[in-house]
Amino acid sequence: MNAAWIIARRELAAYFATPVAVVFIVIFLALQGALTFNVGNFFDRNQADLVPFFNFLPWVLLLLVPALTMRQWAEERRQGSIELLLTLPITPFQAVLGKFLAAWMFCTLAILLTFPFVLTVNYLGHPDNGAILAGYVGAILLAGSFLSIGAALSASTKNQVIAFILAVAVCFAALATGTATVSDYISRIAPDVANVVRLLSVADRFGDFTRGVIALRDVLYFASFIVFFLVLATELVDAKRAD
Amino acid sequence: MADILIDIARLTKKFGNFTAVDGVSFSVERGEVLGFLGPNGAGKSTTMRMLAGFVRPTIGRASICGYDVIDQGVQARRCLGYLPEGAPCYPDMSVEDFLAFIGRMRGLDGGELRDHIRQSLRLADLLEVSRLPIETLSKGTKRRVGLAQALLHDPDVLVLDEPTDGLDPNQKHQIRQLIRSMAPRKAIIISTHILEEVDAVCTRAIIIAGGRIVADDTPMGLTFKHPSGKLDDAFRLLTRPEEAA
Repeated sequence: MNAAWIIARRELAAYFATPVAVVFIVIFLALQGALTFNVGNFFDRNQADLVPFFNFLPWVLLLLVPALTMRQWAEERRQGSIELLLTLPITPFQAVLGKFLAAWMFCTLAILLTFPFVLTVNYLGHPDNGAILAGYVGAILLAGSFLSIGAALSASTKNQVIAFILAVAVCFAALATGTATVSDYISRIAPDVANVVRLLSVADRFGDFTRGVIALRDVLYFASFIVFFLVLATELVDAKRAD
Repeated sequence: MADILIDIARLTKKFGNFTAVDGVSFSVERGEVLGFLGPNGAGKSTTMRMLAGFVRPTIGRASICGYDVIDQGVQARRCLGYLPEGAPCYPDMSVEDFLAFIGRMRGLDGGELRDHIRQSLRLADLLEVSRLPIETLSKGTKRRVGLAQALLHDPDVLVLDEPTDGLDPNQKHQIRQLIRSMAPRKAIIISTHILEEVDAVCTRAIIIAGGRIVADDTPMGLTFKHPSGKLDDAFRLLTRPEEAA
């Protein structure tokens, strides 16, 4: 069995051994519910789709994903187990990948537990379930990219609070650059940069998915985004292992 | 031909301007138990961490079973059982689950994994607490969990950083007997503050002070370094010459 997978299983079990898993899932579902049904005018819109649900999802993930990743490496350093882990016959990348996979599987579970929204919208009308499915694929990829950012920043510091704040900031930048307000502002002050920034933003890519489009280039975008930050995390773990 | 399992050459580690380990060279053959002695901060743990591949040396190289610890790190670490300083572990896991995790990471599985876990639980005297979460155990028991983890895959090379720290006298005796019984088949390095331990288990001792080796001899040979013929006098003379004089 591959070392990354063995680490992922251990990490996943550790989430459920503490209240972290339950608190995360309950708060995630409560926030998504309140934002979609109340703030998002789910019922008054009179449209059988999950547009408000997918509009709020990135912002809820922005808040909760860094809380999940902040302890990933900081905790290993604090309890000294990083020395045990990295002196096992594995490469640092396998360790980074294992921890990432555990967090990703956990986030995927939380996202899939929102299935009552899908049931509700199907009960009330005739939604485009293909678009909803695509939206879910996009949500899982978006969670993966936030998790990879969180992994890199957790590897960069011993301090969990700093890891959390930095991860929120970077995820926010990746997300906000795709919103109309921010991208209009950037095109006004630096028109040349605007296109590049827009190209790199996760918001636009995620938007394509929620409209029901699973394009290969978007999948490749998220895949390279995740790989980039996991490689960065590996370099940081390797460079700061004994700090 | 001597079966050299640990080979260290001119190993040096600098942290900024501070030199923690300064040109340390030695090798350990199968059958040897090397006691690694020195005052706190002398560079014992840093040397062991470099050998285990956790800290990267500034200069010099180290190999385990012929594999370079940096260039062939994964192969080198396969031959190594390592107990880091303070015996870190995952406190939320039970002893058995923790050993199962380490065993799987070392490529053990199924019946073989179960046999190895049972064997190392027996050797470290942990059978009665095997299902308890590690965080509920006493300091000495945690240390033995760290030891069980290092012995799990029956490695050729053992590097144990203060294996008897926090153990009661009975447990210390037991661990020393265990190390003696394994000695003929392995190359073992143990670091310790306890000089009587050197007499009890080591075939050879290295004293390190200020990052440099100041003595490399048999425990008997070390006692001759001071007129009193006592190991602790010799230790003081070698590590704090100005004070002992």
